[in-house]
Amino acid sequence: MPEQLLFAMEVTLNGLMAGVLYALVALGFVLIFKASGIFNYAQGVMALFAALTLVGIQQGQVPFAHLINAVFGTEVHHFPWQVPSLIAIVLAAGVMILFAWIVEKYVLQHLIGQPDIILFMATIGLAYFMEGFGDIMWGSDIKKLDVGLPQGMNATIDQVTFDWFGYGFFIDNLDIVAAIVASLLVAALTIFSQYSKQGRALRAVADDHSAALSVGISLRFIWVLVWSIAGFVALVAGIMWGAKSGVQFSLSLIALKALPVLMLGGFTSIPGAIVGGLIIGVGEQLFEFTIGPMIGGATQNWFAYVLALIFLIFRPQGLFGEKIIERV
Amino acid sequence: MKYSKLAAASVTALMVATPVLADLVFPSLSYRTGPYAAGGIPYADGFADYFTLLNERDGGIGGVMTSAPECETAYNTEKGVECYEATKGQGALAYNPLSTGITYQLIPKVTADDIPLYTPGYGRTSAANGKVFSHVFNFPANYWNAASLAVNHLKEVSGGDLAGKKIALVYHNSAYGKEPIRTLEGLAEKHGFELVTLPVDHPGQEQKAQWLQIRRERPDFVMMWGWGVMNQVAIQEAANIRFPMENFIGVWWSGGDHDVSPAGDAATGYKAVTFHGVGSDYPVFADIQKHVVDAGKAAGNGDNIGKALYNRGVYAAMLLAESAKKAQEIHGTPDITSSMMRDGMEALEITEARMTELGMPGFGPEFTVSCENHGGPGTGAIQQWDAAAGTWSLISDFGPSDMDVIQPLIDEDSAAYAAENNIEERCN
Repeated sequence: MPEQLLFAMEVTLNGLMAGVLYALVALGFVLIFKASGIFNYAQGVMALFAALTLVGIQQGQVPFAHLINAVFGTEVHHFPWQVPSLIAIVLAAGVMILFAWIVEKYVLQHLIGQPDIILFMATIGLAYFMEGFGDIMWGSDIKKLDVGLPQGMNATIDQVTFDWFGYGFFIDNLDIVAAIVASLLVAALTIFSQYSKQGRALRAVADDHSAALSVGISLRFIWVLVWSIAGFVALVAGIMWGAKSGVQFSLSLIALKALPVLMLGGFTSIPGAIVGGLIIGVGEQLFEFTIGPMIGGATQNWFAYVLALIFLIFRPQGLFGEKIIERV
Repeated sequence: MKYSKLAAASVTALMVATPVLADLVFPSLSYRTGPYAAGGIPYADGFADYFTLLNERDGGIGGVMTSAPECETAYNTEKGVECYEATKGQGALAYNPLSTGITYQLIPKVTADDIPLYTPGYGRTSAANGKVFSHVFNFPANYWNAASLAVNHLKEVSGGDLAGKKIALVYHNSAYGKEPIRTLEGLAEKHGFELVTLPVDHPGQEQKAQWLQIRRERPDFVMMWGWGVMNQVAIQEAANIRFPMENFIGVWWSGGDHDVSPAGDAATGYKAVTFHGVGSDYPVFADIQKHVVDAGKAAGNGDNIGKALYNRGVYAAMLLAESAKKAQEIHGTPDITSSMMRDGMEALEITEARMTELGMPGFGPEFTVSCENHGGPGTGAIQQWDAAAGTWSLISDFGPSDMDVIQPLIDEDSAAYAAENNIEERCN
């Protein structure tokens, strides 16, 4: 097999894996948009905050240590214990549920009935508040995230592809884990929304707020529920991305990677987020591999948006989005 | 009553916020927030702690207390310029913005305002030419020196010959990241190695394509010109593809403790160029611990002492303090102005005896600054990371860079700047 074709196959596989990571971020946006029509600008910061909280709990870090020390003249930084990864993940998920409740009670509840743009602006405020709050709570230093996820080249794939093609493909173990986790997450969300009472209520709210309210579904409960699930998805995304680069404030910028995925897959479709992620991942990696070297490289960021725009022209609601028809 | 209390509180706050006019003021355009805070915090801590040390231990410089009021830029160029405008009226003697973007914006402003701009190891490289850039100083080394120092090291580990070797440059796709390319092209021609350039877009969280290309190209060495998250991801990706860490070398801005720590043990062996000493085994740090940290006057909580970026902040502050001292000597007054400070920087002389006196023996090179040369000697060393010990170690002496290649580039670039801005060469 020609060498260039083998390389292209390797790039495609890695693009699919990168796409899964983008889809993980996009999922959180979709969940909230689907249930409430809010484009949650804070989703990237939620991933950052969730990952910071996870590492903080895991390492036994005292929250607000700098503030406490500055006010009381103390020198506290860490508790004398460390928390096992699994318990830390559960506790961090608990914090994200608490966060969802606070957002509903102190922000969203006061904005019911306001235009979507107001709710969008509120999430911008929320994003900047959370970034600063996370800084004060856990500090600005880069934290190593170690929850036992495997990293580095998968030796089996390397060996098998070498036996087949005479060239071993590189696939990162972390990407394989991310793909499995994303699949489980999508399956769980699908089962939840199809077969549970709360899931059906969530779909009812997504279809028609007023009709859902008229049959006794609590909008407030649904909002807390959906923000909690989005918080959990943000935690998963934060773990996967944080394992690659350490948990640091640039983690919030992963939201930029989700936007073309949403444009392409649609803002209201969970399968759309996955398929959109895969298309963007493969598209940008292949473009960088084939065309990138001719035009100076570093094409991934902008090409993802070009790809999304091309899809938008032909299908404005995205691949899996719902076409909105308004009749007068 | 309420209003009078409010007025009193406001006056008190203003008195606290505004430095006493007689202070020697070195504004710190720092970034403790945002995506680049991990590098900005230790640098700002080191910068502030050194001036606090001078106040606490020596009673300031020449009997005048110092201050380093911070203004948060978040590594944002517009905010950096705002910080400059907001603080220059406080009697600012020199600026050190720790950002190449902010530096480019401030060069015409500081020149017009007669305030020196100090950019050690960053900023506009050709500002080393004092004949064109009267108010900008980037001693003791600049980006192009770093590129040459890295190549020198790679040549040494290759048995003195780089002919036929392949070096890949992974760089931040920005003006900063592109800085070394021309120098490396010149060095590639001179030494006969092949240069492969691989840009990474801001912020650099996704580098899969670049590292797959490195895996295919099989370069002998990889060089990195990154900042922020790009560094941590690159080191992790290098480990993932099992690229030998001892063949991976970064510029000094890719050589912080926070750059290597997220990759854990896999980062052991990674190298970076440096223009100053590493670790905390210098008397000055014991003094900082005693007079600043233990006295509760540190900018941070004291746990950054000895880290690469903290040391760089201390070194920058020390060189500015020595320049201020020189300015006091030249002008015969302890209360210097920014104009006098510029004269002091241009006449700075750093000797090993003085470094030892300051508690920093061997921490940096001996050098003198002149009207023509604002860039210093361009020397540097190589540091290597040991993850188990959690420390950098110097694995070479401070050596020279290839000025035969660099000087013509400095002359060419500064001449172009002079022509664009109708600047007449000085120092004649």
